[in-house]
Amino acid sequence: MKKILEMKNISKEFPGVKALSGVNLTIYHGEVMALLGENGAGKSTLMKILTGVYQKTAGEIYLNGKLVKFNSINDSQKAKIGIIHQELNLIPNLTIAENIFLGREPINTFKKIDWNKLYSEADQLLDLLNMKISSKELVINLSIGQRQMVEIAKTLSLDAQIIIMDEPTDALTDKETESLFKVIRSLRSQGKSIVYISHRLEEIFQICDRATILRDGQFIEEKEVKDLDQNEIIEKMVGRKISEQFPTVKVKKGNVALEVNGLTNKFVKNVSFKLQQGEILGIAGLMGSGRTELAKTICGAIKKESGEILIEGERVNISSTQEAIKKGINYVSEDRKKDGLVLGLSVKENMSLSSLKEFTNQFSKIDSIEEEKVVDYYIKSINIKTPSKNQLIKNLSGGNQQKVCISKSLMCKPKILILDEPTRGIDVGAKKEIYDLINNLKKEGLSIIMISSEITEILGMSDRILVMHEGRISGELPENEATQETIMSYAVGIKEEK
Amino acid sequence: MKVNKDFLMKYKSVLGLIVFSVIMAFVNDRFLTLSNVLNIFRQTSINAIIAAGMTFVILTGGIDLSVGSIVAITGAVVAALIAGGMNVVLAVLIGLITGLLAGAVNGIIINKGKVQPFIATLAIMTLLRGATLVFTKGKPISIGYEKNAEIFNKIGAGYFLGIPIPIYILVAVFIAAYYILKHTRLGRYTYAIGGNEEASKLSGINTQRIKTYIYAISGVLAALAGIIITARLSSAQPTAGSGYELDAIAAVVLGGTSLAGGVGSVIGTVVGALIIGVLSNALNLMNVTSYYQLMAKGIVILIAVLLDRKDR
Repeated sequence: MKKILEMKNISKEFPGVKALSGVNLTIYHGEVMALLGENGAGKSTLMKILTGVYQKTAGEIYLNGKLVKFNSINDSQKAKIGIIHQELNLIPNLTIAENIFLGREPINTFKKIDWNKLYSEADQLLDLLNMKISSKELVINLSIGQRQMVEIAKTLSLDAQIIIMDEPTDALTDKETESLFKVIRSLRSQGKSIVYISHRLEEIFQICDRATILRDGQFIEEKEVKDLDQNEIIEKMVGRKISEQFPTVKVKKGNVALEVNGLTNKFVKNVSFKLQQGEILGIAGLMGSGRTELAKTICGAIKKESGEILIEGERVNISSTQEAIKKGINYVSEDRKKDGLVLGLSVKENMSLSSLKEFTNQFSKIDSIEEEKVVDYYIKSINIKTPSKNQLIKNLSGGNQQKVCISKSLMCKPKILILDEPTRGIDVGAKKEIYDLINNLKKEGLSIIMISSEITEILGMSDRILVMHEGRISGELPENEATQETIMSYAVGIKEEK
Repeated sequence: MKVNKDFLMKYKSVLGLIVFSVIMAFVNDRFLTLSNVLNIFRQTSINAIIAAGMTFVILTGGIDLSVGSIVAITGAVVAALIAGGMNVVLAVLIGLITGLLAGAVNGIIINKGKVQPFIATLAIMTLLRGATLVFTKGKPISIGYEKNAEIFNKIGAGYFLGIPIPIYILVAVFIAAYYILKHTRLGRYTYAIGGNEEASKLSGINTQRIKTYIYAISGVLAALAGIIITARLSSAQPTAGSGYELDAIAAVVLGGTSLAGGVGSVIGTVVGALIIGVLSNALNLMNVTSYYQLMAKGIVILIAVLLDRKDR
């Protein structure tokens, strides 16, 4: 097959992090290339380099055999490379046609927008994509699937020869996915090349010709899809040994601390499980599988529609986070900056935010002496590196910020602690400290739910693992039965326990 | 002497106020007389009291446009009650409750109705202005000449130990506001909500209730200002307080409180209100007409905001 584009030995370093090291990607004329890897394997970084958003640290890109350099999206667009992002970038209150030609509207000699031309050209593009809808329709009235098609039309209108699709089926229904595949096949037969990123492995076999697999920012392999099977892909995607990061801590489990029965709402479907004292229950699953939503439902931040929650055998009604905290459930968010911290406040003020009631006297004055005593205790006991408790939290490193988040929860003296991606965006050394902290809490008899996208972390820390897929629990694995492969196959929905 | 740049930036509004005052003291010998200084404080007190409430609102990331109309309706209600012979304490209490309710309604619309603070308080501002005009039939209400009216009049026009009563009220309001923001849970939560509402909610703060309290505080303080004005003029004007919301917002912003919420202080707001007060007083002393005064005020606000931008 004819190679249209080659990325050779691409490396990318961010301050302190090597995101890519010696990665190769070849795109062939009229083929669909799958780009595979776990979260954080470097797929997005690689695509950002290809489209000129990021500049590579080392390596070369050849387009039709000629060395090229893309300094901006503009450059890559000129080279006829188009990308369809995971999150759609359309303006809802404009028509389809206006969105497709945004910033490139056809104009007549009086500099007036040539509306007839705009709409007829847009209609032609929609036709090409088998969309039976007028280009005068407002985007706000379209389904997610239709919006995806509009993005594709926009890319086609740029005359793109290489189209990158980043998780295009994430928000699509089965039917919409089917019609997207039809479009991809027809684009392929027109000689366009496609880079297809998806974590739904079954799709790879339906639509892709070849696959490139990345792991930890490194190139693992390029192979024709027909020579691969799902297990092989999973092995290659996760394929590392669990390091010494996770010292196992054996604790005698106590009574059932938390029981969830048939929890259901828009995001989670009929979720049931039990959690014992002194247990770490890992929840694995892909992004968007409903893990965070499950946690937020348990802690009252999202309303449940049906199902019940029992704490120590007693049925509780939790309708808000303050209720959950009162009942002993505490949630540490996956997104520290957005949902966890008030960046403009100090370390102290952030830490005591949830438990401030404990430090207030009857005149609702905050007893700062008592408050500072407790804050000092946590700073010391879990080794938070900060010049002072009055330092603004935004000046701390990610690992120390995370420790503050966890301390904030601990200061409420919870029975059940839900940690959502506790080590996201934290460097390796600090990760180990967080793991040790979690293990210590387990020893103290706390019941812990740990949600994580890092399978190694889930495997290393958990006593038991639940795997979620599309809002349901697709599998439950005791520690000794769990492997990266089994977790992955439950997570992508190949296997499902009935 | 080595001057720290951070120090200059942090206290630029205080320094601006001092420098301007010193210059004025040299330019005009009437400026630094006791009576003029008291005059500045008394004139500033109305705006400063409203701005104290506005500080709370803006710290949560909100805005309250209805304060001017609350000034008017409270004034009208209290004037009518006094004229009707009601006990002063009771009348003032009812006036304050009027403001409290108006503020709480703002909060409830914003929280339960999920309406932007700007729009919610804009609607209430218009509604209350209309209600005041209906209530007063568009004419001033005199507080009358009974004994109670004489006592009531002291709130705005009286002196204690040679200092105007409104200044005592202003000082009390600022001590209370400072204490609440610095030393109570309500204050801590105010900053937390303005800094990151979602994180505050997930930390177990009842953000809706706190925000309703905040708008109620703003309402009460606007009502207090309305009472002082009415007492000073011995009558309630139907158009009283119009435009006061913008003066209050200007004072808060001049005091360094961020409109995005989460950052600022009530001390800054006093300074902000004093800058506006000193400026118009100075221009008055120099016989500058009020039209030019408005322009000068606009320019000062602009300079302050531009300086703030450079901070970041």
